[in-house]
Amino acid sequence: MSSRFDARSRSVLGLADDALIASHRLSEWVARAPELEEDIALANVALDLLGQARLLLAHAGQMQVPALNEDQLAYERPIEEFRNAVMLERPNGDFAATMARMLLFSAYQYQLYSGLSGCADPQLAAIAGKAVKEVEYHRDHAAGWVVRLGDGTEESHQRMQAGLDAEWSGFTRLFVDWIRDDVIAAGEAIFPPWLREPVVHWLEPVLERATLEHPEVTLIREPGTREPGRNGAHTDDLIDILARMREVRAAHPGASW
Amino acid sequence: MVSPVVSPEVSPEVGAVLADVRQRIAAVPDPELPMLSIADLGILRRIEEVDGTIEVVITPTYAGCPAMEAIRADIEAAAEPARVLVRTVLAPPWSSDDITEAGRAALAEHGIAPPGPAGPVSLRMAVRCPQCGSVETRELSRFAAAACRSLRVCTTCAEPFDAFKAH
Repeated sequence: MSSRFDARSRSVLGLADDALIASHRLSEWVARAPELEEDIALANVALDLLGQARLLLAHAGQMQVPALNEDQLAYERPIEEFRNAVMLERPNGDFAATMARMLLFSAYQYQLYSGLSGCADPQLAAIAGKAVKEVEYHRDHAAGWVVRLGDGTEESHQRMQAGLDAEWSGFTRLFVDWIRDDVIAAGEAIFPPWLREPVVHWLEPVLERATLEHPEVTLIREPGTREPGRNGAHTDDLIDILARMREVRAAHPGASW
Repeated sequence: MVSPVVSPEVSPEVGAVLADVRQRIAAVPDPELPMLSIADLGILRRIEEVDGTIEVVITPTYAGCPAMEAIRADIEAAAEPARVLVRTVLAPPWSSDDITEAGRAALAEHGIAPPGPAGPVSLRMAVRCPQCGSVETRELSRFAAAACRSLRVCTTCAEPFDAFKAH
């Protein structure tokens, strides 16, 4: 699919959109979480991710001629220009599934940002260096819940396992290569398959403590096709997210506060 | 004589203005932790004169810190009538280790446990209760009223309190 964004911009947009969409789904828990402290925690994690998304969108916008700002990229970009992973679009359901997603996604983000904090793009390295400290906290928070629920009652175990099963195949797709070789060769992105081993290595003892098992998933990918989400092809769930995210702006164009 | 904070080509009058502005900006309180100045919180990186403009460089505690806009406005207001350019940098990332000793004392005095040394989440030190001084405290929630704080309770005096996260 052709794009007005070059390969380097698309790779930054992938990071930005992951954070933006994950943040939006977490924010939907506000006033609905199982307990007050968790409500505050999910709002805090969502805020961290939104902050990362804003910095990354601003950075991607600066790469354009003429430059675009973060709001133009978040509010005015057509859906087929979003580069987020499809797993982050899926609607919320059970709290256990949200914790499974947070665990898997933050474990991935932790390794990704760790690598990028030394990358050849100084602004991206600075954003990653900031974000890695935040996602470490998210990862730890999710791990606490996953162990508590997984190694809890019969029902909590069963629901935690179901949450993990539901998120796992999307998680494995985070490691599919989708970034153009020259961007990786320039040291401005991390080759996604490299992240898999360290992420899974970190996850295994957590899942063991939680008495959970992860399903074995074989990735099915037709030769010559490109990864959904990363190539701009999305589910209808993203249409819903963007419609809601853009509601106020659509009702009051140009408003500021 | 050249003061260490003023570049040599600045005239004594400009130097005096700069020193005054510098003092007022450093004293700007953090909007979420008003017992701390932005200098004590460690988010004020530097104030310098660049080609006739006073540039103030700040850094966020967390990427999503919603107070950055307010802090920027407060700095501009504190500098008046001098005009300043506020710039945000991310690297090196802010750490709770950047909070000054005076800042730590101010936190404790206001019932917020100051952070221990930053390091891996798994290797955090005991947090002292700001009310009774006991180290027998436990975490109630990793997230509290602001991104930079967690909620704890003292098992000795039973009082809940906010703790500044080691970050």
